[in-house]
Amino acid sequence: MSASAEPYLVIDNVLKRFGSGPEATVAVDHMSFDVKPGEFVSVIGPSGCGKSTLFNIIGGLLGDYEGEVRVGAERISGPHPSIGMVFQEESTFPWRSVIDNVAFPLELRGVPKAERHDRAHHFIDMVGLSGFAKHYPSQLSGGMKQRVSIARTLVSEPQILLMDEPFAALDEQTRLLLGDKILQIQQQLNQTTLLITHNLTEAVQLSDRIVVMTYRPGRLKRIVNIDLPRPRTSEVVGSDAFGHYVAEIWSDLREEASSGMMDAETTAARRNRPRG
Amino acid sequence: MAERTRLRDLAPITVGIASLAAIAVVAELLLLAGVLNRYILPLPSDVLVALVRLVREEDILSRMGLTAFEVLTSGFLVILAGVPLGVLLYRFRLMRAALEDWLGALAAAPIVLAFPLFLVLFGRGPKTIIIISFVYGLAPVVLKTQEGLTATRRVHVNVGRSLNMTPAQMFWKILFPSALPTIFTGIRLSWTFCLVTVVAVEFLVNLGGLGHLINELAERYDMPGAYAAITFVILLSMGFFIVLERIQSWLQPER
Repeated sequence: MSASAEPYLVIDNVLKRFGSGPEATVAVDHMSFDVKPGEFVSVIGPSGCGKSTLFNIIGGLLGDYEGEVRVGAERISGPHPSIGMVFQEESTFPWRSVIDNVAFPLELRGVPKAERHDRAHHFIDMVGLSGFAKHYPSQLSGGMKQRVSIARTLVSEPQILLMDEPFAALDEQTRLLLGDKILQIQQQLNQTTLLITHNLTEAVQLSDRIVVMTYRPGRLKRIVNIDLPRPRTSEVVGSDAFGHYVAEIWSDLREEASSGMMDAETTAARRNRPRG
Repeated sequence: MAERTRLRDLAPITVGIASLAAIAVVAELLLLAGVLNRYILPLPSDVLVALVRLVREEDILSRMGLTAFEVLTSGFLVILAGVPLGVLLYRFRLMRAALEDWLGALAAAPIVLAFPLFLVLFGRGPKTIIIISFVYGLAPVVLKTQEGLTATRRVHVNVGRSLNMTPAQMFWKILFPSALPTIFTGIRLSWTFCLVTVVAVEFLVNLGGLGHLINELAERYDMPGAYAAITFVILLSMGFFIVLERIQSWLQPER
């Protein structure tokens, strides 16, 4: 990571409202932070704090927002070729084999079949799925499918890898092991990465910096630098420093997560209020 | 290991055939014992003999060919018209709101009973049979195409959007392949409707292939022959199903 470099991705005073007038809900409230080339930044916050809205804005899927998201000097108002998105939901195409899933972005660009398969093979190997190129998603586990999605995003060689809780549906052990894989890939490619997550250990395991968000409206609460040594593996979770970071960020998040839980309970109580 | 896999693959078809044979044997025994009326239900063994007789004496293959031709023509016309119509319904909300219920009603309406009207309009020939069958088979393909496209997972569309796909790429590379299994369900339903309609109209107007033959044999009170002819209709239906399944698994293996 080159922390002193100019930021490549800048989130500048971003505000997103849903609806209008008094009914309007502010999902993201004047968020500002940046990501430098080669850096791994995570955005963490409780469920419902607007993380996914931020993901969609940065990915260009939500165009109508205030403030600016810039890639280099360019303001994002739609999907940008420099940004590769990995979604929270399983997103492989079940009608395509692994190799055809991974080669999909190259197929759209008209890259000849032999070349796109060569390049796809490279990334399939990188995510540890050698030997599964001809399998179909229905023949793979959840973790393998997410790795296919990651390889499909990496094949375009995006300058920024943007991931929205890609391992949310996986068990903790698989999540830690896939975290290792992500660290390995990030170090190998010096890949600038922005991860949206609600998982504390995942954020500390992977990141150089963690952006903590408040619960509704989603504001910037704090940015924490993670000075754990690199190259890093999942073994780092056993270190004292790791525990210290987790505890520190949890103390920030606890209040926000409690607000989120109380809010959810109030909503549920209102919805289930006895009639008559 | 390979041998075991082969045996496992053959098991469903073996069980299916064995079940049919068992039902036939039970029916044969009940008929011979006089529990079932032989004037209504012929002996399965007589039906088996009649199958061979129909091939020899009733020119069954060309009759099957004619019925198959009528079903395939209306079936393919249904695909040619129904899939684009389904796409239009998906694309234009107003059109969907205006037509969806009517198409549902069309699928449920006994259009076959309107055959005299079609005879007056199009004459007494295979063309009329194909047109009635087409009208009856259209709705399932239109509705299932629309349903399949609408059910495309949001995340797949978002993958397409994140890759800056053109609307044409989005349709051909994501929406259509995603909807294909549902479209095939519609086609299977439609082709069943088409086959039923073709045979029913052939029966009613005494014209053409297997339906005509069933009518003739029934009027001659040749019950084993009539049941044997119905067996050929079932074989034809199975043939269509197998072909459609093969096409679908060729287009989308492992799905």
